Amino acid sequence: MKAITKFTLALTLAAGVGSAAYANEAAIKARQGQMELYAHYLGLLGGMAKGAVPYDADKAGAAAASLASLTKLDSSRLWPEGSDDMSAEGTRALPAIWDNPDDVMKKAMALGEAAAGMEMAAGQSLESLQGAMGPLGGACGACHKAYRAPDS
Amino acid sequence: MYRAARYFVFLIILAGAVFWWITAPKRVSETDIAGLTGDAVRGETVFWAGGCAACHSAPGAEGDARLVLSGGRGFASDFGTFHAPNISPDPTHGIGGWQAVDLVNAMRHGTAPDGSHYYPAFPYTSYARADLQDMVDLWAFLQTLPASDLPDTAHEVGFPFSIRRLLGGWKFLFSGPDQVVTADLPPEAARGRALVEGLGHCGECHSPRNALGGIDYARWLGGAPNPAGRGTIPNITPGKLTWSEPDLVEYFTSGFTPDYDSAGGEMAEVVQNLAKLPVEDRRAIAAYLKAVPAVE
Ligand code: HEC
Ligand code: HEC
Ligand code: HEC
Repeated sequence: MKAITKFTLALTLAAGVGSAAYANEAAIKARQGQMELYAHYLGLLGGMAKGAVPYDADKAGAAAASLASLTKLDSSRLWPEGSDDMSAEGTRALPAIWDNPDDVMKKAMALGEAAAGMEMAAGQSLESLQGAMGPLGGACGACHKAYRAPDS
Repeated sequence: MYRAARYFVFLIILAGAVFWWITAPKRVSETDIAGLTGDAVRGETVFWAGGCAACHSAPGAEGDARLVLSGGRGFASDFGTFHAPNISPDPTHGIGGWQAVDLVNAMRHGTAPDGSHYYPAFPYTSYARADLQDMVDLWAFLQTLPASDLPDTAHEVGFPFSIRRLLGGWKFLFSGPDQVVTADLPPEAARGRALVEGLGHCGECHSPRNALGGIDYARWLGGAPNPAGRGTIPNITPGKLTWSEPDLVEYFTSGFTPDYDSAGGEMAEVVQNLAKLPVEDRRAIAAYLKAVPAVE
């Protein structure tokens, strides 16, 4: 009886550990997906800024609105403890993220503000869209500089 | 074999140093810049083009804190770790007691006011190509910045590289040509040449170096191992870099790559500086990068 309980307990624990690793892997994929989505919407806005794609106020406005809503996803589901690049495979997220939650939050909010700025600007004119690209790039880059491992 | 080669090179350097002792130290005199007056507004553009804040601001400084040039950042190299000194206008710990001509000598010849040589970790090999007017304008701008009384951190450099005197030989051997790309270039690319080869000091990171730290001009901008550790610094000649000119301008403005990832590593800081230049300058840099000889 006692042995059975122990055995069940061990199994449950193992399953728990296994599913935690699985959950982390899923979270890593999901947050990379969020980043890829940022890049995808920026592709249209940046293409217009560079003159590679003709400026269209409606399309620009819609892309900027999507980008802004992506910054509002609940991030606690995406960045679980133990999903840094020292503990997990397939990620470039530095452990420093979990040591400096306040600063990470500050950088995430800075992105929210820059994206809101783009949402205001994108539909107005090409010039205002171009003006909003710099702050957006700065917000993405500031977090990558501090919290993402270099591409090896 | 390798050791013998190294010893041989060391002898050459020594010989170079001897040569240096018998030649007068390179100096610009007051009279060379007598006709020039500094314009602090233009000097600010020179400051961002030169990226002085990337090395001389405090580690991790952001925003206006990047204008406090208190020094302190460390730079790893094959020869040891160098620390950027305080160059704020503080009279004791900074360069508040200097004259414009002292800055000109530091940038053009890597020579300190007391006549000693600076290490090329301070990229004067590139800055030497800037105009005297740019340096005098920069001097005017530097004096408008806040003072910091942070003392300098000593370099951690082993023998024989700890002997500053030997740097005379280094300079003799490795101070580069006045122009790296000597072809006739259209005006925009020519402006880009001045920025990239001079103040922008792009070649200091993007070009490979020989065993003694001299830039390999045959592989100019052809990529290099990253002295700061992991990864490599990319080849930015047409041999590898296929981005269009508008892609490059966007990268220098917002830091976005053509697939909308962002510039990483030390380049993130370079982009922060380039973004402060007029867009014409960023276009000029892009035009020059398209005109440099391809390195495969
Ligand atoms: C709060 C910090 C933060 C901000 C803000 C941020 N990123 Fe990221 N980004 C990261 C981290 C950390 C990673 C590495 C994630 C991983 O590998 O698990 C990353 C990865 C990426 C990747 C690579 C994804 C992959 O497939 O591996 C792209 C592309 C990217 N980010 C684009 C952006 C763009 C565009 C923005 C701005 C709109 C942005 N990021 C804003 C932290 C941030
Ligand atoms: C790559 C990093 C780097 C950059 C960029 C850089 N410096 Fe320096 N600088 C250094 C280092 C390292 C030293 C110390 C050299 C030595 O001790 O031999 C130095 C020394 C100096 C000195 C001598 C200070 C003294 O107390 O004697 C001056 C002046 C100076 N730099 C000005 C500038 C200016 C102006 C710029 C921008 C145009 C600039 N530096 C850009 C790294 C840098
Ligand atoms: C302090 C070192 C340093 C200096 C100075 C520097 N770069 Fe870079 N550069 C880098 C690094 C590191 C990367 C790789 C960035 C990354 O991993 O995202 C890079 C990337 C680039 C790229 C993108 C290439 C690619 O294929 O991804 C371009 C273009 C570039 N640099 C141009 C320049 C120009 C122009 C200058 C001078 C104005 C310059 N760099 C000065 C270190 C430097």
